[in-house]
Amino acid sequence: MAAASSAARGGLRVLLLDEQPRAGGQIYRDFALNAGRKAYLGKEYLAGRALVDGLDVANVRQEFGASVWRLEPGSRVVWSQDGVSRVSTAPHVLLAGGAQERPTPFPGWTLPGVMSAGAAQVLMKNAGLLPRDAVLAGSGPLLYLIAAQMIDAGAPPKALVETQSMRSLIGASRHLPRALLAAPTLIKGLGMIRKIKRAGVPRFTGASGFVATQTATGDLSLSFNSAARTRTLVTPLVLMHQGVVPSTHMSRASGVKHVWNDVQKAYQPVTDQWGGTDVPGLHIAGDGAGIGGADAAKAAGELAALNILHRLDRLSEDKRNQRAAGPLADLRQAMAIRPFLDAAYAPIPELSDPVGDTIVCRCEEISAEAIRTAHRSGAQGPRQVKTATRAGMGPCQGRMCDLTVRGILISCGAEATVPRARTPIKPVKLGELAALAPSQEA
Amino acid sequence: MTLDGAPIEALPGDTVAAAVLAHSGKAFRTTAHETPRAAYCMMGVCFECLLEIDGKANVQGCMTVAEDGMVVRRQNGLRRLNGDTDE
Ligand SMILES: Cc1cc2nc3c(=O)[nH]c(=O)nc-3n(C[C@H](O)[C@H](O)[C@H](O)COP(=O)(O)OP(=O)(O)OC[C@H]3O[C@@H](n4cnc5c(N)ncnc54)[C@H](O)[C@@H]3O)c2cc1C
Ligand code: FES
Repeated sequence: MAAASSAARGGLRVLLLDEQPRAGGQIYRDFALNAGRKAYLGKEYLAGRALVDGLDVANVRQEFGASVWRLEPGSRVVWSQDGVSRVSTAPHVLLAGGAQERPTPFPGWTLPGVMSAGAAQVLMKNAGLLPRDAVLAGSGPLLYLIAAQMIDAGAPPKALVETQSMRSLIGASRHLPRALLAAPTLIKGLGMIRKIKRAGVPRFTGASGFVATQTATGDLSLSFNSAARTRTLVTPLVLMHQGVVPSTHMSRASGVKHVWNDVQKAYQPVTDQWGGTDVPGLHIAGDGAGIGGADAAKAAGELAALNILHRLDRLSEDKRNQRAAGPLADLRQAMAIRPFLDAAYAPIPELSDPVGDTIVCRCEEISAEAIRTAHRSGAQGPRQVKTATRAGMGPCQGRMCDLTVRGILISCGAEATVPRARTPIKPVKLGELAALAPSQEA
Repeated sequence: MTLDGAPIEALPGDTVAAAVLAHSGKAFRTTAHETPRAAYCMMGVCFECLLEIDGKANVQGCMTVAEDGMVVRRQNGLRRLNGDTDE
């Protein structure tokens, strides 16, 4: 959103494609639906107004419900809307696909009633549906935010089961001096934790050994170990979260070089300070280039737009650099807290490297043991695991298992290369493909 | 709208998956191995929310805005090639 309006202000014509039904992205999802209502979404949510309104200019054409499923060199973008695919061409393309939640495989995570914590937040934003008596489990700043939003909405979680331990927090504290640069974010975080305490939500920390089973009445029974005891909570809804990771299907399928970020425990594209990639004409900004949060995403979008304006001769190098000073400072400030957050709320091993019959690939119902067996039979990388087991071949195309397959391969001593992603990166009906004629270029 | 023939309601702007969840927390579909699944991520990532919507199979309920009169069906077991539900 920030990139589109910056580029339009600089004189460019912009086509904005978003698969959501309305503007807002993840944080400001459905802003137009909620503006002025749902105070429980918090003050930060209101910051979405400027971004959403900024798109309302003549140079920006906005298409929603528009899923991009292919990107070709020379910047042909293929997208699907209402069952029809179209091709758009542009000298420059900016990918800003954001993040997804990290998959959290544990025994029972495929049961109806187990959802990602983000899903509950989407339901609050999209439909005003409030989770009742839910158990929030996992770790990360988003877990506290969602707990606080649930409390403010009058539907506090039944319990907060946190995977991080005192040890990880103490280990992370060496990053605190730098994190102090982002003091407002830290203070906001502490405020959320205070709110959770005040609301009397029971908290369990250092939790591990998660197992969910269905009870006779249709509820879920979630057991885990915390403080050297096994606990069991009965709840209609388990909301699990282990942080967010870049959505990289589009960038990987476009041929951009990717690397493993061992601090954030995720794959990410290689970008320069403007978001430029090794694919000509292709920039990437926001969480899709590495997790930085909303403020970092906005700054990165502005930087990418400035660089694109420069490449199109709308802005001299000097002007670009001058104008970049503000967003660069914003970006630096927003990123200051990341090393602390990444260390304090790192994913726990059992969820990145599950064992036994825990389902890893939800689509094809492939277990952790099946992947270990494939490795024992000679599968050395993600591609061979896929061929041997079908893990990653279902409709989600590995979004829910790529990271787990990597975790298991690494634990088996294999070298895990970056998994491939291929177009179409979203399932497209054959009829829609067949109807895709060059005459439809728009 | 209807879900497997029974009337269900949605508010303007709700996604089909939200409407189905509001109606009941039960499964949206069963897998090829007959295990029950329901919407998991609500943001288009997991494909657990696949439903038959207005005769089209395998539509992501969480990415589809509910509309008046929609005919929604749960999908059980393997999909057939012609897209019909397996009944
Ligand atoms: C479920 C979830 C909830 C979150 N909630 C919060 C929160 O409340 N507060 C907070 O501070 N941070 C939150 N985060 C973190 C937050 O997403 C990011 O920090 C921030 O949104 C990054 O901005 P972005 O512009 O990079 O991506 P986003 O805001 O995620 O925007 C990416 C956009 O790209 C679109 N898109 C992706 N792929 C395609 C495609 N193939 N075709 C068309 N469009 C596509 C998406 O629909 C989306 O609108 C959340 C993350 C997740 C995963
Ligand atoms: S619920 Fe995950 S894709 Fe719809």
